[in-house]
Amino acid sequence: MSQKKTLDPYFGEYGGMFVPELFVPALEQLEQAYINAIDDDAFIKEFNHLLKDYAGRPTPLTLCRNLTKGTNTKIYLKREDLLHGGAHKTNQVLGQALLTKRMGKTRVIAETGAGQHGVATALACALLGLEARIYMGAKDIERQQPNVFRMELMGAKVIPVTAGSGTLKDAVNEAMRDWASSYDDSHYLLGTAAGPHPFPTIVRDFQKMIGEEAKQQILEQEGQLPDAVIACVGGGSNAIGMFNDFIPEDGVQLIGVEPGGKGIETGEHGAALAVLDLGIDSKGILHGAYTHIMQTEDGEIEESYSISAGLDYPAVGPQHAHLKSIGRANYVAINDDEALEAFQTLAKREGIIPALESSHALAYALKLAKADPEKHQVLLVNLSGRGDKDLTHVHSVLTEMGDK
Amino acid sequence: MSNRYSNLFAKLDQNAEGGFIPFVTIADPDLETSYEIIKTLIDAGADALELGIPFSDPIADGPTIQAANIRALDNPIRTQDCLDLIRRIRDEYPDTPIGLLLYSNLVLAKGIEQFYQLCNDAGVDSVLVADVPVRESKPFRLAAEKANIDAVFIVPPNVRDETLRQVASYSRGYTYLLSRSGVTGAESQAEMPADAMIKTMKAYHAAPPILGFGISTPKQVASAIAAGAKGAISGSAVVKIIENNLNDKQTMLSELAAFVRDMKAATKR
Repeated sequence: MSQKKTLDPYFGEYGGMFVPELFVPALEQLEQAYINAIDDDAFIKEFNHLLKDYAGRPTPLTLCRNLTKGTNTKIYLKREDLLHGGAHKTNQVLGQALLTKRMGKTRVIAETGAGQHGVATALACALLGLEARIYMGAKDIERQQPNVFRMELMGAKVIPVTAGSGTLKDAVNEAMRDWASSYDDSHYLLGTAAGPHPFPTIVRDFQKMIGEEAKQQILEQEGQLPDAVIACVGGGSNAIGMFNDFIPEDGVQLIGVEPGGKGIETGEHGAALAVLDLGIDSKGILHGAYTHIMQTEDGEIEESYSISAGLDYPAVGPQHAHLKSIGRANYVAINDDEALEAFQTLAKREGIIPALESSHALAYALKLAKADPEKHQVLLVNLSGRGDKDLTHVHSVLTEMGDK
Repeated sequence: MSNRYSNLFAKLDQNAEGGFIPFVTIADPDLETSYEIIKTLIDAGADALELGIPFSDPIADGPTIQAANIRALDNPIRTQDCLDLIRRIRDEYPDTPIGLLLYSNLVLAKGIEQFYQLCNDAGVDSVLVADVPVRESKPFRLAAEKANIDAVFIVPPNVRDETLRQVASYSRGYTYLLSRSGVTGAESQAEMPADAMIKTMKAYHAAPPILGFGISTPKQVASAIAAGAKGAISGSAVVKIIENNLNDKQTMLSELAAFVRDMKAATKR
């Protein structure tokens, strides 16, 4: 038989396609559709057109004016919060929605944590005339009400998932179960650079413009590459999109910031990679990929915890596991309180309300600035989303804290 | 490799019947009840067993078996407890083939080679890892072979010819033929007939096909056998009986026995 072109399903030892046999034809079909699409000028042209004229790319790069006063640190924010939909999620969803049409499928299934991927999926499906079914944990529906309403306004059906912890992990399980019987006419539009091959590759490639733009913008504005690039990591799509173009730049540190929740030593967190520094070796398979996961000694998956629904996930994309293993990227944890503080600081000092997810990345940048005020450094932070969706939740958390 | 499956299929052929294989999740609802459930299934006429080790995230399973996994894990339960229970069953029933159906992370947590060795120690005949398709199966197959365990693979209805050929050459003991797409569960019925697929599998010299997914009635068992399957697996329908009788063990066991007898009776050619 003829040798079909395929993509490498692995990043070092991580990745792969660990799914029931039933899913394999649909994943291989997606891989072929993607390979054909990126070779097709018409596809690339339409994708770029949507990114520019519908979603609003390129997004600006903003130098913080007040945030680091009294230090020699400069913090630049890549403003994915200004993208249509309110977060970086829209980028890759447009790409996958175009692939859905290309495969002749009419329905889209998606999971969502914070609701940002759900919103992005809903808007792309409304635009391109696709039917959207979005699985969302019941606990997340509670803490992200505005996004649920947004999805429904744009015609998507939001299906609450009560199994397990009622968060992102359980929403992924349900979306996969739906796909097991609907793959003929439905595309599973996975929301992050995790899961089975080819998703980690496709999602990265459809997010890599974040880093490409930022690199060019910082060279224009600052005349040099940043000392470090910092992004939050749940599954890891905004981070890998930001990192990708900087991977070959040896002088640029890559820092992924995971949700430390109540502190990584408490076990209540979502930091699958940062815990490696505590000596916890946690390789395993979840949702189709061999990567680092939070699990018991027997391999039962543990429930993650974070104040931020978008980072509340007990695994991490396989390319991040690889970058960690070869020492190219570092992964650190920022806990709930630090993220909340950064959320408020950015609002007060710069007039920007960041998503709780992105607040984790910012909090780490502020930590670096504070740790060595004399040090001249340029930090590039991916402000992956805006915080409107978090207002009610943050308000209630702050009120509760004030009451104590 | 044990020869319990080949002995079973030879005996079934001789008697002009197919096999009936019930599935339950080990330790659902608890270890001791689970032990009695499994004994009841065999005593009522089950030809072989398909047993699940409970997992937190069973993506190939529908609501009924998911709930069984949660009940079992709530005990709490460890993988070794499950293997110990199999050992007890094996000691009492030396000839009944016992298959394990589980998820890959449970295998990895023990170390792949070590896991298959533990299965052998417990008296397991076959292992099917639900989320390891043939394209990722090499380390699992090699470890199974080394530990004399049959590695079982799945043939889904949408299988590509190339994959079918690989399954035919890799699957040992039997081949798990899916009656339909989707997850496990009696909510959606098996889609018969599977004749065409079974003929192709035979042409590729695949291990005997056993049909599963959505099989909950004797009539479905009869049509599976008529279509050429060597047996039928019923999981969610069995687990549903457990779920419906959690507070009344005697009724649970007698309903399970009655169900197995009815299903087994339908395997006559």
